[in-house]
Amino acid sequence: MIKLINAALAIVAGVGGMLALFWILNAIVERLPGRWEERLKPYVFIGPAVALVGLFLVYPAVQTVIYSFADKNSQKWVGFENYKALWNDDNFRSALLNNLLWILVVPAVSVVIGLLIAVLADRLRPTSEKVAKSVIFMPMAISFVGASTIWRFVYDTRFAEGDEQIGLLSAITTGLGFDPVSWLRLDAWNVNDFLLMAIMIWLQAGFAMVLLSAAVKGVPEDTLEAARIDGANELQIFFRVVVPQIWPTVIVVFTTVLILVMKVFDIVYVMTGGNADTDVVANIFVEELIEFGDDGRAAAVVVVLMIAVIPVMIYQVRRFRMQEAGR
Amino acid sequence: MTQAAPTVDVDPMGGEGQKPPRAQRFTLGSVVVRATVALLCLLWLVPTIGLLVSSFRSEEAVKEDGWWTVFASPLEFSQWTLDSYDSVIFDQGMGSAFLNSIVVTVPATIIPIMIAAFAAYAFTFMRFPGRDLLFILVVGLLVVPLQVAFVPLLRLFSQYELNGTFLAVWLAHAGFGMPLAIYILRNYMASLPHEIIESAAVDGASHFRTFWSLVVPMSVPALAAYAIFQFLWVWNDLLVALLFLGAGENEVVTINLRDLIGDLGQEWHLLTAGAFISMVLPLAVFFALQRYFVRGLTAGSVKG
Repeated sequence: MIKLINAALAIVAGVGGMLALFWILNAIVERLPGRWEERLKPYVFIGPAVALVGLFLVYPAVQTVIYSFADKNSQKWVGFENYKALWNDDNFRSALLNNLLWILVVPAVSVVIGLLIAVLADRLRPTSEKVAKSVIFMPMAISFVGASTIWRFVYDTRFAEGDEQIGLLSAITTGLGFDPVSWLRLDAWNVNDFLLMAIMIWLQAGFAMVLLSAAVKGVPEDTLEAARIDGANELQIFFRVVVPQIWPTVIVVFTTVLILVMKVFDIVYVMTGGNADTDVVANIFVEELIEFGDDGRAAAVVVVLMIAVIPVMIYQVRRFRMQEAGR
Repeated sequence: MTQAAPTVDVDPMGGEGQKPPRAQRFTLGSVVVRATVALLCLLWLVPTIGLLVSSFRSEEAVKEDGWWTVFASPLEFSQWTLDSYDSVIFDQGMGSAFLNSIVVTVPATIIPIMIAAFAAYAFTFMRFPGRDLLFILVVGLLVVPLQVAFVPLLRLFSQYELNGTFLAVWLAHAGFGMPLAIYILRNYMASLPHEIIESAAVDGASHFRTFWSLVVPMSVPALAAYAIFQFLWVWNDLLVALLFLGAGENEVVTINLRDLIGDLGQEWHLLTAGAFISMVLPLAVFFALQRYFVRGLTAGSVKG
């Protein structure tokens, strides 16, 4: 009970404090002579936002780059030692490869499943469509940790003689007569990686579906009609008429999932802790930072992530400028 | 990637009254269509159903055989129990973690919206040197991985003894959510009719007034969309909570659940109830406000 009251107080204080800040700053600026008021007011409006972005994103980003060239407590410069150490670390290299695999598989499969549902459900009756889409979309509300818990009940395996399987996957495979397999340790052919990716796809396909569905429904009817009159079959219409028109959305979905995949650590962290060759770069960051307390290496891992993101960032800014030019 | 482009005037979730002759658009075997959709839905639902069913079973039952065995005799009410919930909420601290999550999430949702709304207003309706450059910076920051923040911020916060406090998490989430919030709100405000805002200025209304009495009310859809987005993001976050809040008195549901998995990984019955408690609020928000959430997603969805 006390906790609840404290919570309510904290909420009121936090929100009220912010409001008061804006009100006071604004009142001060309004008392200034006319020209100064006009000049300063925009900065009152964007000031807190810029301060937050500066303090929580820009300053740390710069500082992280600096730390990546220093030792674990940032006491002395070590040049590129952190990067060299990472490069020589088998675990990190395997994580890089795993990340590459995640990047290749998860966005593409999410787009394909999302598009499949978007197109197929569009042909169902309205109620069925709504239900089907809600089902696929629902995991979007679930946290990575929650999802991992859910999927533990799919991937669990029992080996002891006479134990019944409580994991769905093992129950199915042993039911079919196969020996029980420890799924998340099965690193041959990266099977365990793919099983972890399945969780991510399960979470993200709904997002892909929603955006692609909007795009598919936005395809003008007359373009389909024209293709039909020209004698195209449904598959041709889909690939030659629908897909080109929704392509921008496909790219949007693909890059969004891609960015998410690059930095997601929760699933690996909770499911395997990076064992059995399943580690990813974002999880190595957490390992270096918390388990090994090596800020230098953790910073270097982040710099690698940042570099990987730069192409997407450039693409993003260019797209935005084109969009603004057309506004 | 965060373009508002695909927001056509249709509800992407489908539903009544918006299906022109569409049903006839493609005419592949409709049985195949239905079967495929049904199969995918089943695949998507089964894991969650397994969790839900398991959470109401007794400890022995959960550990002994698969959850699907209940369907042999679902009406045998003696097999259902709330013991796992009881144990997780009161003995494992999930109850207080739930409250902590609310304490973390509500301010971490409201504060950035307010700050971002002011900034978005300035970016849309005011002219000042550096405006376009600053906004390009915001767009670029949309994709920057959150991880950049932690090493320096952990040190900064420990200087001011903020690590482990709610204030640290509120500030961090406000900062991390800022680019997306500004981006979504500014894009929305840019689509509002400029004449109304200009005529308010002609009538002598100050920017502060115009903002509160005109622009904020008109921007409610975008504000709501972002609010849901940020709410789910903060509630479901593990990374920020792990590094700035950690375990203990102030731990949130994701941390509590992680500890359940880590320390009591074999206590399957506790995991199920714990996971479900951690999911119940976001799922409720999700189902109640799906329309807004969808709009938020289609409006912008890159998160740092």
